[in-house]
Amino acid sequence: MSEGDVAAIEDLHAAAAAAVGQASDLAELDEVRVRYLGKSGLLTARLKGLGKLPAEQRPAAGQAINEVKVVLQGLVDTRRAELEQAVLARRLADERVDVTLPGRGQSVGALHPLTRTLQRIERLFANAGFGVEEGPEVEDYYHNFEALNIPAHHPARAMHDTFYFDDGRLLRTHTSPVQIRVMEGQQPPFRVIAPGRVYRCDSDLTHTPMFHQVEGFLVDEQATFADLKGVLYDFLRNFFEQDDLRLRFRPSYFPFTEPSAEVDVQCVKCGGRGCRVCKQTGWLEVLGCGMIHPSVLGHVGIDPERWLGYAFGMGVERLAMLRYGIDDIRLYFDNDLRFLSQFA
Amino acid sequence: MRFSEAWLREWVDPAIGTQALADQLSMAGLEVDAVEPAAPAFDGVLVGHVMTVEPHPDAHKLRLCTVDVGADAPLQIVCGAANVAAGMRVPVATVGACLPGGFKIKKAKLRGVASFGMICSAAELGLAESSEGILPLPAGAPVGDSVRDVLALDDQCIELDLTPDRGDCLSVAGVAREVGVLNQLPVRAPAPASVDTGIDARVSVTLSADEACPRYLCRVVQGVDAAAETPLWMRERLRRSGLRPISAVVDVTNYVLLELGQPMHAFDLDRLQGDIQVRLAQAGESLALLNGDHVSLRDDTLVIADAARPVALAGIMGGAETAVDADTTNLLLESAFFAPSAISGKARSYGLHTDSSHRFERGVDPALQAQAMERATALLLDIVGGSAGPVQEVTSAQWLPQPLALNLRRQRIGRVLGVELDDARIEDILSRLGMRLQPRADGWQVTPPSSRFDVLLEEDLIAEIGRVHGYDRIPVTHARSAATTRAPLEMAFDPERVRQVLVARGWFEAITYSFISPEQQAWVDPALTPLALSNPLSAELSVMRTSLWPGLLQAARQNLARQQGRVWLFESGLRFRPDGTVLHQEMMWSGLMTGSARPEQWGEPSRPLDFFDLKAEVAAVLAASGCERDCQWVADQHPALHPGQSARLLRDGETLGWAGTLHPSLAAELDLPANLQLFDLAVDRLGNAAKPGFSPLSKYPSIRRDIAIVVDASLTYEQVRDGIRESAGELLRELLLFDVYAGEHVAAGRKSLALGLMLQAPSQTLTDQDVEAVISRVLEHLASAFGAELRG
Ligand SMILES: [Zn+2]
Repeated sequence: MSEGDVAAIEDLHAAAAAAVGQASDLAELDEVRVRYLGKSGLLTARLKGLGKLPAEQRPAAGQAINEVKVVLQGLVDTRRAELEQAVLARRLADERVDVTLPGRGQSVGALHPLTRTLQRIERLFANAGFGVEEGPEVEDYYHNFEALNIPAHHPARAMHDTFYFDDGRLLRTHTSPVQIRVMEGQQPPFRVIAPGRVYRCDSDLTHTPMFHQVEGFLVDEQATFADLKGVLYDFLRNFFEQDDLRLRFRPSYFPFTEPSAEVDVQCVKCGGRGCRVCKQTGWLEVLGCGMIHPSVLGHVGIDPERWLGYAFGMGVERLAMLRYGIDDIRLYFDNDLRFLSQFA
Repeated sequence: MRFSEAWLREWVDPAIGTQALADQLSMAGLEVDAVEPAAPAFDGVLVGHVMTVEPHPDAHKLRLCTVDVGADAPLQIVCGAANVAAGMRVPVATVGACLPGGFKIKKAKLRGVASFGMICSAAELGLAESSEGILPLPAGAPVGDSVRDVLALDDQCIELDLTPDRGDCLSVAGVAREVGVLNQLPVRAPAPASVDTGIDARVSVTLSADEACPRYLCRVVQGVDAAAETPLWMRERLRRSGLRPISAVVDVTNYVLLELGQPMHAFDLDRLQGDIQVRLAQAGESLALLNGDHVSLRDDTLVIADAARPVALAGIMGGAETAVDADTTNLLLESAFFAPSAISGKARSYGLHTDSSHRFERGVDPALQAQAMERATALLLDIVGGSAGPVQEVTSAQWLPQPLALNLRRQRIGRVLGVELDDARIEDILSRLGMRLQPRADGWQVTPPSSRFDVLLEEDLIAEIGRVHGYDRIPVTHARSAATTRAPLEMAFDPERVRQVLVARGWFEAITYSFISPEQQAWVDPALTPLALSNPLSAELSVMRTSLWPGLLQAARQNLARQQGRVWLFESGLRFRPDGTVLHQEMMWSGLMTGSARPEQWGEPSRPLDFFDLKAEVAAVLAASGCERDCQWVADQHPALHPGQSARLLRDGETLGWAGTLHPSLAAELDLPANLQLFDLAVDRLGNAAKPGFSPLSKYPSIRRDIAIVVDASLTYEQVRDGIRESAGELLRELLLFDVYAGEHVAAGRKSLALGLMLQAPSQTLTDQDVEAVISRVLEHLASAFGAELRG
């Protein structure tokens, strides 16, 4: 191989290397590759021109050209990888989104706070083995009053401002009639809660004519006031999620239980120090309860000598108010979306 | 029941403070509602003795008084009260005193005359709402002493909210008995008074309704000065118990009512005509009452009558014609026992509620009448003078409550309360409650005192034991129950699940009233007569809803009025549908949606929702209850819905509910958007769906073929779908409708449906021939059955 040939290959090498380095995109790089390394590229042409050389020079010249070819191919591959990387980087940059923009699609609604509270109550009592029963809201006199040992004209009746219908039926004033309906159809033992709407003929700042109660009762061969305390301690401490919540059982009167009690919890707002919510007493009245009155069991044909029971009842609106800090009972039935959406 | 703490402590004085006493009462079941000071804060007010009263030189309404307040020299005080007189004891606010409301007394000049203090009225000391003139103090009040001490004003008024069974505590005596039991202290009743009967005047009494009134006592008192002033101490006790002083005679009967719990009445004897009869009213009789009301009497009402006419509503209120006034000189005092059953509800039925009816309804100690009569007479003779005749008593023993002998079993106490008490403790509690005990083998025979007419059963005794022992001392236990709990079936309707589905899809839960107005009712069910309340709060809330839609429509209107553009509300609850004599109380799930299909958002055009958005929501509810597959949508008409955009939902041939667009006329009437959608599902028909079953998965590829057909516009998709399913056979895995089109390139009255058929065989790869065979079978069937053409 002449010195001229060697120099020409060197030049070709240098020019090709420079062209590869200057290729600014993949298409240009490919043009460079084709120009030097393609089937009719300059280096390929050199290889094809080997035949014109004297035979003894051919191996050396061939080797030199091939070496340049390998080096150039390496440069092209490297440059391609660089350019591909740049393309990807550009694409990734272009595809960047503002992740703080809101997501698309349907938004989520919310349960009514009373339902939310009822579900919690039902779940807590389900854990304690209580099943759920429901009863009619248009009730008869017998189930709402008489079977529950509430005589007509008795002052205890004055606590129930009742809505009546012309045929003598009424809107149930409490969920206690469900007790009667469950017991008259089946044999003990029972362990039941009965949630639902109840009605009283009363409407002012702190009363709505419709509200919700949960009645619960248990009838068994063994059931004591101490067990009743146990069930309610568990329920209220779980409901307010406070393991050391203090409770107070105060003697009270309900015609359908004896003994009867009202249950106060230590104010969940101020911890018992006294505030507006608890009227400075440190206590909040949340429940009524007692041992089922023997005449109530008698009314449904259950022998009060063999069976004992306890019952309790609570106002759902009040529990929800305490739990979520709602301060106006009328909001529950306004169905204002600004209110409802706070419970999502 | 409101009483003065100082008064109570005269009867029984435990060594505990006011708050501890109040807590003790509350924890014993006598709930303390309020503890309030008997008088507002003031100081520097002393008892003064008015020495001289001279006219003011320059003001004829003012007087110059010299008042001895126990200081070195008497004070000169200018006073404007007409009743100030020499010799009186009066409250004097001295210079430096601070009166209620922060009013400071300073040396003053009144019309040129210096005044060193102020003589006070009851109102100025906060002891009355208003008063005329200065407050005269008792003649024996020690000059110079603090008025607060003399009137014992550092006292508290305790307000009890008593349960209806504790009528026995509607008196100071009753509360004192409780406090005595709780603190193991004796109770000191005022010494029993015995009255000298100076005259023998009588009025005879006939009981002709002796079940209602088994005991009636009366007594004549002659020669009284009814205009006499009630002593200050009695006026103060009445005031601290929440009663207004009225006149000496009435004040005395009220005082005895508060002290002992026995309501009494005084008639002006000279206005009574003949003998007293206690009887039921006769139809047509009427009575003018003390409060100015005039009532027509019903024949179920017990009255006190003289020979001529009713003179009092027994146990409730006296009549105006025989009332005592300042001119009365002769009285007839009444102290009776009326049975609670005779009085219960009566006062209310006449629109009345009195301190007397409140007590008789709850029960009065049937053994109290004679004691109360003696006490009242003694007080009266002291205050208004006169001479008392003998007490006349008529009793119908058979109707008087009889003492009960209750068996109390030792073992039952533990079974009910869950705490074992020893005999000594039980006997101690019961005896302190005034019960007489007779031991028995298994416990005791117990006789409650006549004042505890609420104790009727063994359970009542156990309750008393628990109460006095202390509910807080009963342990907290967890017994195992034998009751089994049946979990809901897997395929039962699960309201929690449906709620979750709806909430996740953007719905808000509403709770609307079960009673609505007749107009709202007619929006939805004009042909149905709803159940009407006899005593509604208002016409707005007067009939029971026959559908949940009116409440939701109302809630939507209110929310739209509050600028909410998108209202999606659902509710579950009963509807009340009368059907002849039967009332169906059915649990419904209902929903209302209006506004855009999606919330307004970026990157997606807003689209108003329509019937098919509703259908997807209903389908989601049905799917969540497992019964979407067995539900059928049938075009049908509902009065509240758009006749062309409403469907009745059927399951097993029974109506499950309705879904559709609000009727445009109703939308216009209620000013609601025309695209408002409603649904309504009866829970009874949901649930009990077939549980999911497994079928093996095919290992072979599925092939999709799309077809576009043109059919009559009236042909339903359901018909086409069923036609395809039927003709395609079992190779059809899935059918997808991806376009419905009518308009250009489709003949009028026709529509084009584009459908994708997914075909798959369980055990082989389908060949083109297999697929072509199915497709041509389908097309032939559609052509012959529905005149469908393949769209080019
Ligand atoms: Zn508090």
